[in-house]
Amino acid sequence: MAKTIAEKILGIHSGKDLTAGDFAVCKVDFAFGQDGTSSIIIDRIKDLKAKSLKTNFCMVIDHNAPSPNEGVSRVHKKMRDFSTEFNSRLYDIGCGICHQVLPESGQILPGDLVLGADSHTCTYGALGAFATGVGSTDLAITLATGKNWLKVPETFKIVVTGLIPKGVSAKDIILYIIKTIKADGATYKAIEFQGQVIDKLGMDGRFTICNMVVEMGAKAGFMPQDEKVVQWLRSKVSKNKKIRPVSADRDARYEKIIKYDISKLTPQVSRPHSVDNVAGVEDLKGVKINQAFLGTCTNGRLEDLKVAAGILKFRKVASGVKFIVAPASKPIFLESLKLGIIDILVRAGAAVISPGCGPCVGTHCGVPADNEVVISSANRNFKGRMGNPNAFIYLASPATVAASAIKGRIADPREYF
Amino acid sequence: MKIAGRAIKLGDNINTDFIISGRYKFSITDIKELSKHIMEDIDPGFAKKLLPGKSIIVAGKNFGMGSSREQAPLVIKECGIVAILAKTFARIFYRNSFNIGLALIETDTDKIAEGDSLAINLEQGIVKDITKSRELKIKPVPEFMQEFLRAGGIVNYFKKHGKLPEVK
Repeated sequence: MAKTIAEKILGIHSGKDLTAGDFAVCKVDFAFGQDGTSSIIIDRIKDLKAKSLKTNFCMVIDHNAPSPNEGVSRVHKKMRDFSTEFNSRLYDIGCGICHQVLPESGQILPGDLVLGADSHTCTYGALGAFATGVGSTDLAITLATGKNWLKVPETFKIVVTGLIPKGVSAKDIILYIIKTIKADGATYKAIEFQGQVIDKLGMDGRFTICNMVVEMGAKAGFMPQDEKVVQWLRSKVSKNKKIRPVSADRDARYEKIIKYDISKLTPQVSRPHSVDNVAGVEDLKGVKINQAFLGTCTNGRLEDLKVAAGILKFRKVASGVKFIVAPASKPIFLESLKLGIIDILVRAGAAVISPGCGPCVGTHCGVPADNEVVISSANRNFKGRMGNPNAFIYLASPATVAASAIKGRIADPREYF
Repeated sequence: MKIAGRAIKLGDNINTDFIISGRYKFSITDIKELSKHIMEDIDPGFAKKLLPGKSIIVAGKNFGMGSSREQAPLVIKECGIVAILAKTFARIFYRNSFNIGLALIETDTDKIAEGDSLAINLEQGIVKDITKSRELKIKPVPEFMQEFLRAGGIVNYFKKHGKLPEVK
């Protein structure tokens, strides 16, 4: 029977012929935790009395890096001690966000099954991996057995066509898709993205789109694995590893096929307090902001920083606006230093912080005050997300964040293109 | 498996940041301590409404959306909430809850009112709203996931059986 990408990958990892709706125990290729989830992973591993780890595993300290308080410091130390004890890899403070660090490390390949104790693990679908977020106990069971049980998801095919308008980016496309599908519209589903717009996007944009599929409830998202993917991986993967793209069969069964023509799309913005509460930037112009944040696993990549620097060159952030920038990883930080991007951003008024999640999860590096308005390139704007339930978070593309930082209010970035 | 308790109503899209805010969950590892902050950002008085061992959350759609934090179902369980009924659940939260032995049940929750007395029978696949003398059908829970609940979570299941369950 013709198969979707999800059916193929899970089938191979279970040794069974699977179709959507089946349950199966699958061998897991790669697993990881971050500093918000690893403490419980470690407790469970100890409880399970596992003597060795049966899946390739690493931990990343990214959510609170460097630590803002002693409670977090204790968790970080626990992670370091565990990594030494089990001889597993640790990416410590300053390395960056797991969802950039791990693809960059060349450890994730098309067709892999990846379980991560972080909901945005779905990001690696840009490389053709079946990658999905799980909790700490699920992760520990995976480490103790090398396997876990999964339900094979039904798949939506999303076809994006048209010409990408000036000043419109991958972030605007995925915000628009989430606006139409809603926060629970793809719950438990896999999504295969296709179409001329997707083909045209670079890897950074594809990561951005896959990163946000969980914001409509999806279990995994997949990008086509074309020459761009292979090229991107080539420089990162050891030479003896084969890169084998996975594609769906022509007659694969999709629960839904949804088509978008984005030729007339404008920059999109998610309004407080939900990701699917999306409007065109033209309807929000003039909303005053107190803080702008550029970074995260959604939009802290080189292309994102480059676009922002292009807008901010020879310009200044509006007086009274806090502009915070967090590169997604150390290699991105270094490359943006080399290209003069950081120089431009700092001169414009940015406070550049260590590679990591930064203020996205509300523990440090830019917690807003009561009634403050933030425009952020992140993926969640839930009430309280950035550490203060009385703040208001708008989500937008790096270009919209940069343009808004200059104007001190939500601004249309197209005038800078 | 039979579970009984009183309904505490919540709306749609209750996310894991609401259940337990990031500003606490990273630094507080003691679940008892952490559970004092349950639902704080949407209802600071929530913890006081609970009857330990006798409360059932009754919510709308997409309960548990958002992050993978297992602290979310853990603080719910720690507060003595014995089950959650909702129209639908977000998938990571769904797995996490069964993994720690917290029962989640998908059913039409519209007609259940705050304070209604509820009795759940998982094997029979029904919820009785005793206050309203009504019976609600629930979406069946796979047998192996019921096993997790009976064992008190997947870790206990694994310790007892030494392997993952057969799944179909």
